[in-house]
Amino acid sequence: MTTFTASELMTVHAARLLRDGDVVFVGVGLPNLACNLARRTHAPNLVMIYEAGVIGARPSRLPLSIGDPTLVTRATSVCSMYDIFTLYLQRGNVDVGFLGGAQIDRFGNINATVIGDYNHPKVRLPGSGGSMEIAGWANRCYIITPHQKRRFPEKVDFATSAGFLNGRAAREASGVRGGGPQAVVTNLGFLEPDESGELVLTAVHPGVTVEEVQANTGWPLKAAANLRVTEPPGEEELRLLRELDPQNIYLK
Amino acid sequence: MSKLCTLKEAIAQHVHDGDCVYAAGFTHLIPFAAGHEIIRQGRKDLTLARATPDLIYDQMVAAGCAKKVIYSYIGNPGVGSLRIIRTELEAGRLEFEEYSHFGMISRLQAGAAGLPFMPMNQTAATALEQANPLYRRVTDPYSGREVVVVPALNPDVAIIHVQRCDERGNAHIWGILGEQKEAAFAAKRVILTAEEIVPEEVIRSDPNRTLIPEFVVSAVCHVPYCSHPSYTQGYYDRDNDFYLEWDKISETPESVQAWLQEWVYGITDREAYWQKVGAETHKRLSVPPLYAAPVNYGEY
Repeated sequence: MTTFTASELMTVHAARLLRDGDVVFVGVGLPNLACNLARRTHAPNLVMIYEAGVIGARPSRLPLSIGDPTLVTRATSVCSMYDIFTLYLQRGNVDVGFLGGAQIDRFGNINATVIGDYNHPKVRLPGSGGSMEIAGWANRCYIITPHQKRRFPEKVDFATSAGFLNGRAAREASGVRGGGPQAVVTNLGFLEPDESGELVLTAVHPGVTVEEVQANTGWPLKAAANLRVTEPPGEEELRLLRELDPQNIYLK
Repeated sequence: MSKLCTLKEAIAQHVHDGDCVYAAGFTHLIPFAAGHEIIRQGRKDLTLARATPDLIYDQMVAAGCAKKVIYSYIGNPGVGSLRIIRTELEAGRLEFEEYSHFGMISRLQAGAAGLPFMPMNQTAATALEQANPLYRRVTDPYSGREVVVVPALNPDVAIIHVQRCDERGNAHIWGILGEQKEAAFAAKRVILTAEEIVPEEVIRSDPNRTLIPEFVVSAVCHVPYCSHPSYTQGYYDRDNDFYLEWDKISETPESVQAWLQEWVYGITDREAYWQKVGAETHKRLSVPPLYAAPVNYGEY
């Protein structure tokens, strides 16, 4: 029986969502590992773009910050931040964006700004960084996050980045170009938007029950009629993944 | 005309109490030595603008230099929270303006291009637009659709670290370019700090690499290792261990003040700082060379 951590599980599943040839706007940590794993397995032509202005990164060591010098050495191109957000993201040249945040709500809206009121918050979080525009303009967005009730409220305290607002029609009415969140990958399973834009449980990892996922979600989570059980990480996927993070910084 | 001077002289002449300062660099080329010199000279009431305030502004806020921060991401990159700025913001002791990265650099782009504001497409997320009244909307006169706009940012002074420049201030930069060029053109005054001061011929041998021209530059300072614990591509690596250590140092005001005493007030300049950092760290951050293929400009 192969054993793996929750982070390894989520990263392998995130990697499988990427398609060969995708241009991906990447963050450090698990998204970076997922992209590098995908590139070493089924998606050798994946192009990694970083908000610091790096295109086609080929990191030879694990990047520890969004502007790590290893992203630059042997990259295809380096440009200014203004260029990366305009020529690449706003113009529509990015297929996939990875997002994270303190809270994700029923319609996939993300909070990375404050817990509580904006002007008198309980906690002030780091803020948008690149996520507001990535969530708006990437063709597909994926979210990787541990599945805990406090992370999945019915409604976010502050919508830093748009999911489907209060329903798919609202996002469409805004005229925004990107397709919004396509999947939330957690340590318990997958949430995906239904036709109304509401996140529903579409898959559970082996051994996880629907009730367990519902107990860790802050709204009455619906389970899809054709609920799947995911294929566990394979030996080869785990071996390649662990090579990418030899000191177990993100995968522990 | 040479603009060479010491960093101490450049800060004394060009950074004044109450100024809006943009110490540029997205993770790369952050001019820590200049931040420390501003602290030593006791500047007050500064508005500190940076997409990512990073440790440099956490330290400057801890030293009492700031009345306001303008930012788009207040984290310790790859580590967690910027504890001092976060504490001051949560306590209401520090004014702030918050943007997304794109909003922030669009402000600089407008400032650099001499425009009053910069339009951006809508993102469908409106909470930050509503929270920060400087985000506005205008109607595109061609399509009739609304675009989101932010006003130009023209800092009083930008501080830009570069790999090399000549003594007039023509600067070569490579690696992550962040907002270096935009900050230089947007600001009213520009202090350049450089790993190396090179003859004009070196700059003229590769004009495509010159991002900043001399005539926007006010002062040129030779400051090797200026960006530690950030990095300079090809010269030294990012000191991730220090970024982790700062997370511990910044847990209490006492340990922060002790650190400032030891590493800023108790130090005369960056050369003394780099010596104090020590040989072991120098070795750990050293990086083997990897040169680009030469380009042929042609002898015309």
